[in-house]
Amino acid sequence: MTVRRIGWVALGGLVLLLPRLVYEGLALDILTWALFATSVDILLGHTGLLSFGHAAFFGAGAYASGLLALRGGVPYPVNAVAGALVAGALSVPLLYLAVRRRGIYFAMITLAFAQMIYYIINEWRSLTGGENGVQGVPRVLVGGLDLSNLTLFYYVTVPLVVLGIWMCWRIVHSPFGRVLMAIRENEVRARSLGYPVDRYKLLSAVLSCTLSGFAGGMYVIAHRFVALETVHWITSGTVVMMVLLGGMETTLGPAVGAALVLFLRDILSTWTDAWGVATGAIFVAVILVFRQGIVGTLQRLIQSRLHPAPQSAPRRPDEATPVSR
Amino acid sequence: MESLLLQVFNGLINGAFFALLSLGLAVIFGMLRVVNFMHGALYMLGAFATYLLGTSAGVSFWWALLLAPLAVAALGIVLERLFLRRLYDVDPLYNLLLTFGLTLVLQDTMRLRFGIQGVPYGAPPLLKGAVVWGNLLFPTYRLFVLGFSVMICLLTWWVIERTRVGMIIRAATENPGLTRALGIDVDRWVPPVFGFGVALAALAGVLAAPMRNVSPLMGADLIVTTFAIVVIGGLGSILGSVITGFLVGVIVALGAVYYPPVSNTLVFVLMAIILLLRPAGLFGSLE
Repeated sequence: MTVRRIGWVALGGLVLLLPRLVYEGLALDILTWALFATSVDILLGHTGLLSFGHAAFFGAGAYASGLLALRGGVPYPVNAVAGALVAGALSVPLLYLAVRRRGIYFAMITLAFAQMIYYIINEWRSLTGGENGVQGVPRVLVGGLDLSNLTLFYYVTVPLVVLGIWMCWRIVHSPFGRVLMAIRENEVRARSLGYPVDRYKLLSAVLSCTLSGFAGGMYVIAHRFVALETVHWITSGTVVMMVLLGGMETTLGPAVGAALVLFLRDILSTWTDAWGVATGAIFVAVILVFRQGIVGTLQRLIQSRLHPAPQSAPRRPDEATPVSR
Repeated sequence: MESLLLQVFNGLINGAFFALLSLGLAVIFGMLRVVNFMHGALYMLGAFATYLLGTSAGVSFWWALLLAPLAVAALGIVLERLFLRRLYDVDPLYNLLLTFGLTLVLQDTMRLRFGIQGVPYGAPPLLKGAVVWGNLLFPTYRLFVLGFSVMICLLTWWVIERTRVGMIIRAATENPGLTRALGIDVDRWVPPVFGFGVALAALAGVLAAPMRNVSPLMGADLIVTTFAIVVIGGLGSILGSVITGFLVGVIVALGAVYYPPVSNTLVFVLMAIILLLRPAGLFGSLE
């Protein structure tokens, strides 16, 4: 399909030109948060579990990578991969407990555990620097190549982020991903078909947290420092907002949402410091009137344009209307 | 021994705040099926309302104890009618996210107006000083906080379990459809019940004003701790949320005696243990 091919080429061109369109720091933030948001959507959109604690895993990846680079001299991108593994390992016990409850409780439990990680990072000053965070992280590529040029760092990071987003896509478009979808749609039925539901949920969560940690690892090397606020629950909420704004359960929606939120924040910050009011207001507006998100809405529009629904008989009044999740 | 007793006392004070907040969450959750993320921000607004009433209108602490919760509850009802109401038909997670967004707006608005440091508020003259008992010194104000919050919790329990209004609320919580069929307009009760839950949060804020610094982020971390307590106790029971609040307050205070750095994290460890042993919570049943 040529339209699709043109779309991918245009997207590739946009990603490659991004450091020219906006400054490099913002371009890098868009990359790393795009992966972060996409990994959150594995859990939120495809498994139907709202985690309000992903800041902890993004942050754990960032702290681990930053400390490995600073104290151990581990080069990029090995440190980011190690950060991802640390985040994944951390998520196993915490999410094992969290998947024991569903729905609203799952959200509260993940939020609470993330806050615990926040307090631990704050208290463990000798390792994490407490409120000062980790500063002066070196940016060196495997082989000793100096990456202090941000543009160069950007182009080294692009393939890693593409790989990460491709992994997210692969996970949800696999037989495993179909089971996740079955659990989301009808957990009881999935259970009665013999699927160990909790184990599937846990694996989905651990994969999601690992990829979030990978994003955190790249984030810390890009910024060369990580602050305690990165782990705060506001980060967890912000990334959920990005996913919703871009469109849950779409391949590129979370990335689009991340880019848009970061771009808006950048513009807004030049003439107001009321960022919290703006974020909160966008959040409220998205949830009230735009729950499909940008990509979700576009997909639906294109779908109805290409394949117009056949003239169907008027809906019987007793037919149940499907409620959006 | 004496220091232990003092820690139990301090734990009960913290527990009083936990109890009021988780009680409000439980009341709202029962009727609306909404986990109110704004609860911490509304607690903060209760404290600021006390401060503003005092500085701009000369209202005493005692009147603020009544007026501040009413004012914040009115704001809560407005928000419920404007926003929360629209999401009752979709997944309850959307209302959690909605109230998260509103939390950001409320906190940031107060930060822009008052700055991040916050403002001081003194205890009323009647409650200054301390009560001496043996070698122990109990600040009068803290004794008041403990007594007053226990009274409010008992009153709430009595209203819900023993009055006609409470009966309607319990029926609507249990089975809204059947309650409607019996000729009771359930929807009419949603705003006042939400307002009541909000008033409990604001009341905790009023009580906190003379004890803790009145600042825009005073409720930001407290709400997460309260969520952990709600997971420990389960949202199903009014009395359960109160008992859990006090219990967790005391356990955390005692834990801090042995190893101070864990004072913040202990409640989450407690939550992990409960999830392992009794996932439904102490007083809850699995949803």
